[in-house]
Amino acid sequence: MFGKLTLDAVPYHEPIVMGTLVAVILGGLAMLAIVTKFRLWGYLWKEWFTSVDHKKIGIMYIIVALVMLLRGFSDAIMMRAQQAMAAGESAGYLPPHHFDQVFTAHGVIMIFFVAMPFITGLMNMVVPLQIGARDVAYPFLNSLSFWLFMSGVVLVMVSLFVGDFAATGWLAYPPLSGIKYSPTVGVDYYIWSLQLSGLGTTLSGINFIVTIMKMRAPGMTLMKMPVFTWTALVTNILIVAAFPILTVTLALLTADRYLDMHFFTNELGGNAMMYVNMIWIWGHPEVYILILPCFGAYSEIVATFSKKPLFGYKSMVYATSCIGVLSFVVWLHHFFTMGSGASVNAFFGITTMIISVPTGAKLFNWLFTMYRGRVEYNVPMLWTVGFMVTFVIGGVTGVLMAVPGADFVLHNSVFLIAHFHNVIIGGVVFGVFAAINYWFPKAFGFRLNEFWGKASFWCWLVGFWMAFAPLYVLGLKGMTRRMNHYANPDWQPYLIVAAMGAAVIAVGILCTLVQFYVSIRDRKKLTDPSGDPWGGRTLEWAISSPAPFYNFAIVPQIKELDQFWEDKQNGVAYVQPAKYEDIHMPRNTGVGVVMGAFGTVLGFALVWHIWWMAALGLVGMIAAFIVRAYDRDIDYWVPAAEVEKIERSRHAQLKQFQTTQVAPVAAPQRQKVA
Amino acid sequence: MSGNHSSHDAHHGVEHADHGSTKSYIVGFVLSVVLTLASFGVVMSGKVPHDLMMPGIIVFGVAQLIVQLKYFLHMGLSPSQRGNFAIMLFTLLILAIVVVGSLWVLHNMNVNMMHPTSQMVPVE
Amino acid sequence: MSSPAVSATHGALDDVTHGGHEHHDDGSKTLLGFWIYLMSDCLIFSGLFATFAVLGNSTAGGPTAKELFELPYVLGETMLLLISSVTFGMAMLSMHAGKKGGVVAWLAVTFLFGAGFIGMEVYEFAKLVHEGAGPSTSAFLSSYFTLVGTHGLHVTCGLIWLVVMMDQIRRFGLTDATQRRLSCLSLFWHFLDIVWICVFTFVYLRGAI
Repeated sequence: MFGKLTLDAVPYHEPIVMGTLVAVILGGLAMLAIVTKFRLWGYLWKEWFTSVDHKKIGIMYIIVALVMLLRGFSDAIMMRAQQAMAAGESAGYLPPHHFDQVFTAHGVIMIFFVAMPFITGLMNMVVPLQIGARDVAYPFLNSLSFWLFMSGVVLVMVSLFVGDFAATGWLAYPPLSGIKYSPTVGVDYYIWSLQLSGLGTTLSGINFIVTIMKMRAPGMTLMKMPVFTWTALVTNILIVAAFPILTVTLALLTADRYLDMHFFTNELGGNAMMYVNMIWIWGHPEVYILILPCFGAYSEIVATFSKKPLFGYKSMVYATSCIGVLSFVVWLHHFFTMGSGASVNAFFGITTMIISVPTGAKLFNWLFTMYRGRVEYNVPMLWTVGFMVTFVIGGVTGVLMAVPGADFVLHNSVFLIAHFHNVIIGGVVFGVFAAINYWFPKAFGFRLNEFWGKASFWCWLVGFWMAFAPLYVLGLKGMTRRMNHYANPDWQPYLIVAAMGAAVIAVGILCTLVQFYVSIRDRKKLTDPSGDPWGGRTLEWAISSPAPFYNFAIVPQIKELDQFWEDKQNGVAYVQPAKYEDIHMPRNTGVGVVMGAFGTVLGFALVWHIWWMAALGLVGMIAAFIVRAYDRDIDYWVPAAEVEKIERSRHAQLKQFQTTQVAPVAAPQRQKVA
Repeated sequence: MSGNHSSHDAHHGVEHADHGSTKSYIVGFVLSVVLTLASFGVVMSGKVPHDLMMPGIIVFGVAQLIVQLKYFLHMGLSPSQRGNFAIMLFTLLILAIVVVGSLWVLHNMNVNMMHPTSQMVPVE
Repeated sequence: MSSPAVSATHGALDDVTHGGHEHHDDGSKTLLGFWIYLMSDCLIFSGLFATFAVLGNSTAGGPTAKELFELPYVLGETMLLLISSVTFGMAMLSMHAGKKGGVVAWLAVTFLFGAGFIGMEVYEFAKLVHEGAGPSTSAFLSSYFTLVGTHGLHVTCGLIWLVVMMDQIRRFGLTDATQRRLSCLSLFWHFLDIVWICVFTFVYLRGAI
C-alpha cells in the first residue's frame, strides 16, 4: 500500500534532525496560526499563490530563495564545525553518513533552490519592466514554473524528515548513486526534486526567450535593449539548451535505479563516465546561467551609480553571447583526470582559457564605466566593487586549473572548493544582493536601510575571505574535499579560521534579515515617491514604485539605448498623456498551484515506490492541464477610467515630490540639443 | 509609429505564411517514401558494397530530413521563418556538440583506459 | 545616438492601438514558444542519441543489433508514421479552408495511423523482451529501449493531444485558440516524424550493417 514507506523512515535516533523537525513543526504551526488569526488565507491565495503577475511571482521566487539560503547555509555551518573539530583523535559530532548527506544537500540546495530561484526571480521582476511589457509571454506558464519549482523545494525539505537525502555529492555520480551502492531513497529524492524543478526552469526559460523576442516596446531593437535583459536572454537560451541534457541524464540514472537498466553500472556494458560527461555538458552552462544575469545587474548598477552610460555596451553584448556559446565546449575541464588522452585534455584546457577572455573584457568595461564617473557608494555599488575584486581572484584560480597538468594536482582538493565558492559567492551571491538592494524599491515602494546593508556587505566580504582563503592553502597542501575526518593536525588551524569565517558570514546573513526588518519598520521614511530612487537609466525607473499591476499605462516608444535617461535630460520623462486606453490583462489562476501539488504527490510517491499514488499524481497533473485548456475565461480588460485614476494619483504624488526636490543631475559631458 | 507599423507587417507575414497545399504535401510524401525505400534498400538489397552503406543511409536520411522540414514543417528562409530557422541552426550546433563531443571524449577515454568495449573496435 | 529624435516621443502618446495590437500578436508568440520547446525536446533526443552512440556496441556478450532487428517490420512502422504525417497535413489544409468536419475526420485518420505505429512498437518491444533481449540485458539494449521508447512516449502524448483537439474543435469550432493549438500539434507531429528518420537511420539501419 505504501511502497517502501514505513514509520521507520523517520530518523528518530538522530537528535539534530529531530531537533530541527520540532523547530520546523513549531515554527510552521506558529505561522499557520498567524495567517489564520489575521485571516490572510484568502489574501494570500487570491493575491499571491494564484497570481500570474510576473512581479509577484518574482518576489515569491526570491522569498523562497532566501528561506532556502538559511537551510543551505546551516548545512555549511555544520560542515565547517565538523571539519574544525574532527582532526586526529576526535571524530567530530557528525557521523559519516550524515556528513555525506549534509554536503550533498548543501550543494544541491545552494545551486538549485537558492541561486536558481534568485536568478529566475530577478528576471521575473525586472525583464518585463525593462522592455516595456505588461507581463511575460505566457503568464500562466510562469505561475506553473514557480509551483513546479516549489514542489522540488518541498521534496528536498521532506527528505530531511522522512527517509534520507543523497549522500553522493551534489551531482550524484554513479556507480555510487546507483541502486547497488545507494539502496536508500536519498538519491531518489535527489532525482525527483531536480526533475520537477528542472521542468519548471526549462518552461520559464522558453517563456522569457519569447517575452524578450516578441514583447519589447516598439522601437527597442536588440541593440537598444538594456544589458540586464541581454544577459537574461542569453541565460534563458542556455537554460533551454542545457536543461534538457540534465533531464536526460537524470532520467537514465532513474532507469538504472528503477528499471534495472545498465547505462552507468559497472556490469553489462554500462559506463559511469558517460554520466559524468553528460551531467557536465549541462553543468558547465549552468554556472554561466547563474552568473550572466548577475553580470547584467552589475552593469546596470555600475552605470547608474557612476552617472555615466555603460562603457562598451556593444562589447558587453558580444562578450555575453560569446560566453553563451563557449560555455558549451568546456565541460571536460571538470574531469580532466578521468583518463582521456592529451588531445582531448588540451582542447578543453584551451577552450577554458579562451572563455575567460570575454569575462575579462567585461571587467574592463565596468572599470572604464567607473573611470571619471561620479561614483556613489550606495549598497548595490559596494556589492559590485566587492564582486570585482573577489571575482577576479576566483577567475584567476579557475584559469590556473584549466591547465590539465595543474588540475591533476588540484582535482577534488579543497583548492577547487575555494575556487568555485570564490566565483559563485563572489559573483552570484554578491550580484543577487546587489540586485535585491537595487530593485527592492521597484518591488515594494521603499528603499532598504543603508546601514544594515553595508554591515551585511562587510561581513560577507570579510567572512568569505576568512572562510575560503585557508582552503586555497589547504588545497595546495593536499587536503581533498568532502572529508568528515582527517589525520593531519597541521590542517586544523586553517579549518578553525575557515569556521570562524563562516560565522562572520552568518552575521552578514543576520544583518540582511535585520535590514529587511528595519526597512519594513521605517518604510515611511525610506519611501520612494518618484519611482526613480537612484537616478536610473532604464525603463523600469520611469514608472511608479511599486510598479502598477499593468506596468505601463502607455507602452513607451524607444529611440535610444537609455531612453528614460534621455527623457529626463530632455524634460519629457514624466509627461502625462492626454488619454488612456483599456488594458488587456491575464486573469489569475489556481491551476499552477494544483499542478504543483500533484507534482509533489507524484515525486513523493515515486521516491517511495507507491505506484497508485504516483499514477494519481501524474493523472492529476495531466488532467489539470487539460482542464485549463478548456477554460476560456483567461483574461480581462482594465477600463481606461481605472488606469487614469491610478495614473493621476501617481502624477499628483510626483508633482508634490518634485516641488520639494532639486532637478535630476545632468550628465557631465553631454550637450543638450534644444 | 514606425515600430508599430513594422510589427503589424510582420504579423501579416505570419498570417500569410506558407501553409502548403495538397500538391506540396503529396510531393513531400512521395519524396519521403522514395528516400525511405532508398535508405532501407541500401542495407537490405545486399547489392551495395559494405563500405558505402553507412554513407548511403546518412545521405538519404539527411535528404529526407530536409524534405520533411521543407514540405511538412514549411521551413524556409522567408523573413517570417528566419527566426525559427536561426533557432534551429543553434539547436543543431548544440546537438552536434553533445553527440560528437560525447563520442570523442568517451572513445578517447576508452582507448586510453583500455575499457572493454573499445577492445571490440579496432583501434589505431 | 543623440537626440533630435527625442521630440518625436510625443508621437508615442498619439498612437494608442497597443492593447489590441498585443492581443493580435498572440498566435505568433505561441508558435515561437512552441518551436523553442520542440528544439529543447530535440536536445533531449540528442542526449539519448549520444548515449546510444556511445553504448551501442556495449552488448556485454548479449544479442547484437544485427541479430535482433527485423528491417521489414521497421519499414512498416516507418510507413505508418509517414502516412500519418501526410494525413495531418490534410487536416491542416482543411483548417485553413475553414472546414471543421474535414479537420476532425483527418485528425481521426491520423490518430488511427499513429495508434497503429504505437501498437507495432509495443508488439516489437514485447517480442524482444520475450526473446530475452529486454532492457536489463545490456547497456546497448538499455539505450535502445530508452531511445525508441522515448520517441514512442512522445507519439503517445501526441495521440492524447489529438483526442483533446478533436473534442475541442467539435465543441468550440475553429476558433483562434483551437487553430493555434492545432498548429502547435502539427509542428509536434511532424517533428516526431523527423526524429523517427534519425531513429531508423542510426539505430535500425546502422545496427543492421
